[in-house]
Amino acid sequence: MMKLSFTQKACALLLSTGLVAGCSSTGGVQEDESYGSDVEAIDQSGGSTVYGGTDSGSVSSTELTDEERQAQREQAEQEALRGITTFYFDFDTAEIKQEARDALVAHARFLAENPRQQVRLEGHADERGTSEYNLALGERRANAVERFLVVNGASRGQIETVSYGEEKPAVRGSSESAWAQNRRVELMYQ
Amino acid sequence: MTNKTSRQTIARSLISGCLLLFMALGQANAELLIRITEGADSAIPIAVVPFAVSGTLPAGEDRVATIVQADLTMSGEFRPLEPSKMLSLPSQRSEVYFRDWRLLGQRYVLVGQLTRSGDRVEARYELFDVNREERLLGETASAPVSNIRSLGHHISDKVYEAITGVPGVFSTKLAYVTVTGEGNSSRYRLQVSDVDGKRSRIRLESSEPILSPAWSPDGEKLAYVSFETGKPAIFVHEIATGERTKVADFPGLNSAPSWSPDGRSLLMTLSRDGNAEIYQMNLADRSLTRLTDHWAIDTEPTWDHSGRGIFFTSDRSGGPQIYHMERPGAEPRRVTFGSRYNARPRPDPSGDYVYYVHQRNNAFHIARTNLKTGEEVVITRTESDESPSLSPNGRLLIYATQQGGSSVLTVVSSDGGAAYSLPASDGAVSEPAWGPITR
Repeated sequence: MMKLSFTQKACALLLSTGLVAGCSSTGGVQEDESYGSDVEAIDQSGGSTVYGGTDSGSVSSTELTDEERQAQREQAEQEALRGITTFYFDFDTAEIKQEARDALVAHARFLAENPRQQVRLEGHADERGTSEYNLALGERRANAVERFLVVNGASRGQIETVSYGEEKPAVRGSSESAWAQNRRVELMYQ
Repeated sequence: MTNKTSRQTIARSLISGCLLLFMALGQANAELLIRITEGADSAIPIAVVPFAVSGTLPAGEDRVATIVQADLTMSGEFRPLEPSKMLSLPSQRSEVYFRDWRLLGQRYVLVGQLTRSGDRVEARYELFDVNREERLLGETASAPVSNIRSLGHHISDKVYEAITGVPGVFSTKLAYVTVTGEGNSSRYRLQVSDVDGKRSRIRLESSEPILSPAWSPDGEKLAYVSFETGKPAIFVHEIATGERTKVADFPGLNSAPSWSPDGRSLLMTLSRDGNAEIYQMNLADRSLTRLTDHWAIDTEPTWDHSGRGIFFTSDRSGGPQIYHMERPGAEPRRVTFGSRYNARPRPDPSGDYVYYVHQRNNAFHIARTNLKTGEEVVITRTESDESPSLSPNGRLLIYATQQGGSSVLTVVSSDGGAAYSLPASDGAVSEPAWGPITR
């Protein structure tokens, strides 16, 4: 019982990473590699049913292609999400915004899958308030992002944090919009 | 791995080599420009009569009396008479006609003579109370011919103290940070100048941020935070020699250094234990004592006027507020309640007030709280104010702010009256720290 539920979880996790194709519909049968070549064979045979239909191995090609597309789409989505490397905060808070979560989860998964990958988190504040408090606030923001990454699979040893406080604004100026763009954590793969 | 490490070491020594070069040169630099913005209505009328000169002095230098006039004007507490309005130009007591100065509405008259002998110049000067027809001050002072400015500031200090009873601060120094360029071409320069912005010297130049300069009590060293290693670290820098020591480079924050009154230890903010906390570092052996223990941000520590307790900023109540510990490690007591953002405390030398950055109606001002009554008064009328630092006599307050889209240092009297500002001739200027009186 315990083991089954673990397998289900693992399967769900793998599926959600979008890197293992067709995990669910195949009933957990084939090895990944042979499965890949089967799919090719299916495509070449013109898209009808396949493989001496004995047991659970029989799968329709349309379903597989969907799965594959789905996987590719998810992978593309993950890559696009990882393209987001700056995360914004409200004034005097270090709370990770709802809209930042998907991208941060994608980065966390990427770090989990690439344990040798290092990342640097640079915390920043807007110019308002004092420079030393802002230095601590920038650190709190970087730490919040670090915790989020770790909770979602990254390892603490992969992450380095540094705070620049208000010293390195992304945008010059003293407008609401400049301030909003400066209250941020920047994620940089090393 | 070894390769990488040695490359890093070489890179590091190259960087510190560049830094050292600038420090050794102590280069002269584009100066801050003084701009008197406002004089107090209550300013005291004083006639600073141009000093008589025997012997030749270098051309182009400001005259001693001109320096004294500028100093006294800058304090906001004096209104020197235009020399062109003077009826006579006495240089010693026998030439002073008190009735003339009374007619001109003057309360005090300063007269003097300068005598050059070799490489030195000697000033003999006398200060008179016009109404009482009494001499308040009669002294001689001398300085190298190349240092007439210091002589002028010295006389200003004496005159100021003779009239107000409070030591003058015209001979003290300012430290501040200027920034030119943007992004990767940014240049950060730690500078030291006279309090009127003149005679600025670069003490450290870096492509990474420098902040929080803090003067040692003897005025010989600066502690500051430099990002030159890619993260904040605390350095102690001897001004005369340029010799410097990295005293704190722990994982996380190393920031907000502040000297103890005896100069033997630094208060600082470290996050080595996971969160911004306040520590005291004994400089002799670098041993650390942790003074706060809270999940909140605790930072910006400074000793109180008695040298026994500590003010600091903490957001343990939800936003940054000023707290006071009666002695290091004691249970903190909250001091500020007037708004949801109060940070970076600076005590005044009398122990009556604490000054800090105060947010009100979306603007940031400098405010002070009377420590006996709890009454809070907003001191500044500008709106993006940071880094308050009090003059060592408690009469003036310098802070960083914005003026017409550029950053300036502004000086106001500590009750918010008269003011002058020091815009940088190029780039931005911030992080002012007023040095101690040194004798």
